[in-house]
Amino acid sequence: MKIAIASGKGGTGKTTVAVNFALAIGNAQLFDCDVEEPNCNLFLGVDLEKQEDVTISVPEIDAEKCSLCGSCAEFCRYNAIAKLPQRVMIFPKLCHGCGGCQIVCPENAISEIKRPIGIIEKGVDLGSGISLFQGTLAIGEPMATPVIRQLQAHINENRVAVVDSPPGTACPVIATVSDMDYCVLVTEPTPFGLNDLILAVEVVRQLEVPFGVIINRHGSGDDRVEEYCNSEDIPILMKIPYDREMAVLYSEGIPFVQRMPQWEKNFRALYREICSMSSNTSSGESCSEMSI
Amino acid sequence: MVKQLTVISGKGGTGKTTFTSSFAALAKNAVIADCDVDAADMHLILQPEISETQDFYGLDVASIDKELCTDCGICVSSCRFDAICSDNVVDTYKCEGCGVCEHVCPEDAVRMIAKKAGEYYCSNTRLGPLVHAKLGVGEEASGKLVSDVRRRASELAEQSGKDLIIVDGPPGTGCAVIAAITGTDQVLVVTEPTKSGVHDLERVVQVARHFRIPVAVCINKCDINDRLSASIAEYCKNNDIPVLGLLPYDNVVIESMVAGRSVVEYSNGEFSEGIRSVWNAVVNLLSVGQKTDMIPFLK
Repeated sequence: MKIAIASGKGGTGKTTVAVNFALAIGNAQLFDCDVEEPNCNLFLGVDLEKQEDVTISVPEIDAEKCSLCGSCAEFCRYNAIAKLPQRVMIFPKLCHGCGGCQIVCPENAISEIKRPIGIIEKGVDLGSGISLFQGTLAIGEPMATPVIRQLQAHINENRVAVVDSPPGTACPVIATVSDMDYCVLVTEPTPFGLNDLILAVEVVRQLEVPFGVIINRHGSGDDRVEEYCNSEDIPILMKIPYDREMAVLYSEGIPFVQRMPQWEKNFRALYREICSMSSNTSSGESCSEMSI
Repeated sequence: MVKQLTVISGKGGTGKTTFTSSFAALAKNAVIADCDVDAADMHLILQPEISETQDFYGLDVASIDKELCTDCGICVSSCRFDAICSDNVVDTYKCEGCGVCEHVCPEDAVRMIAKKAGEYYCSNTRLGPLVHAKLGVGEEASGKLVSDVRRRASELAEQSGKDLIIVDGPPGTGCAVIAAITGTDQVLVVTEPTKSGVHDLERVVQVARHFRIPVAVCINKCDINDRLSASIAEYCKNNDIPVLGLLPYDNVVIESMVAGRSVVEYSNGEFSEGIRSVWNAVVNLLSVGQKTDMIPFLK
């Protein structure tokens, strides 16, 4: 059972929901796919151990063999190779690692070197049994998607996986959400929250991932998010009130289920509800295994 | 000389658009560029009248002609992005448009096809010209669209004699953020005193420094956690980053958003005063700042 926690708008409470949800389920895998700004471990504080580098294979040109024909630069659609009068220049950060330049080079002058763009780390929270997998995009690197893909390769299909998505609707979100059994969209009851929720709904509908909505900071804005969900037949899975104590706990990096036991029950009920709505057949089993 | 200010945050939801929309109201002669292209919100406050719409083309996408395809599998094994499924259909979400499949296909059955990946708009608003965009769902190249929005905003500023471009940036640290900050004169990071806010601030400051762009900080919702607000101020001091203001949590932010107005238009209260003072400090920084080198990126 793989459940993504996503949102169009940033700062609506994805990480809060992901961490509290994973803690309430217990013995879950938690994947922090917001690799540009990974925050889950600020709430768990586990010791992370590096698993591997995420690399992109970028070209390296053997100047001895290169005839300056320019085929590689012409082929590259990312403008990562420029042919100058005396040499060929590579812009590694623009390279997507497709390998095309190597294929088209008539002189066999191009080899590839692995350039690190991020890392994958793992840690275990002994209290809850959560296995946290965190991807981190290196500073100054543009491409988050390869880090997310490699991070998701660690998903163990036999365990519940809670997946914290990046904000937005672009390629990093698609990479995170497309293989999921269910997607929880976290929003807030404001015009910005509604606008970005509608965009996120478009994404999950196109990906054909079943989804529902959590309204965070409920009571702080207007009713238009609820009206929208009702008119679109989108299940509102949970409402988390706007509450100063929750905001302060969040600021300190304390998951609120640890201080407000009622919410542990609420998240467990949410999990059961998601299991019953999801099409994943194994979900029923993993759900009944949970000692509720 | 047209100056450029980019407002970012690392973490989402700290108040970027709250600040930029108020800056739009306070600036006398600016173009606004909404560069949060995959979750743009500025139009909700500025209510633009669109005067010009441009199609945005990202990277091409591969398409396989089933008539010509002999199922040899060469394209499947050559694709580094696992974008060609076993039934020789291209997964357009995974395809990064590299063109390798087209090149290796012995039957000439693959074509690279231009695909509209969004739109960008020039608009008139009560607070001045706005350039904004809508990226298609799940599209690549949001960085390229950000670059296009900024380029159009620059042209507009030159043509209409504006002296400032205010860029509302995206969250994160990746391609869209890099495209939003390269070559800008000043980055303002809006942060909040939460552990996540602090962590994300530090990362995004490193990104700005990596591209050698001057950074200033503003702490929003500062009374949510006084201790962390103090430690952000301390971090900024130690790193020579000016802190332009500390603003307390104020429900007027949501009220003005619901009313479709920027905070400074909606209210003359304390929060608006705070934004005014941050704005004055920004204007000061821009008037003394040096233009940084434009770094070639995502042409």
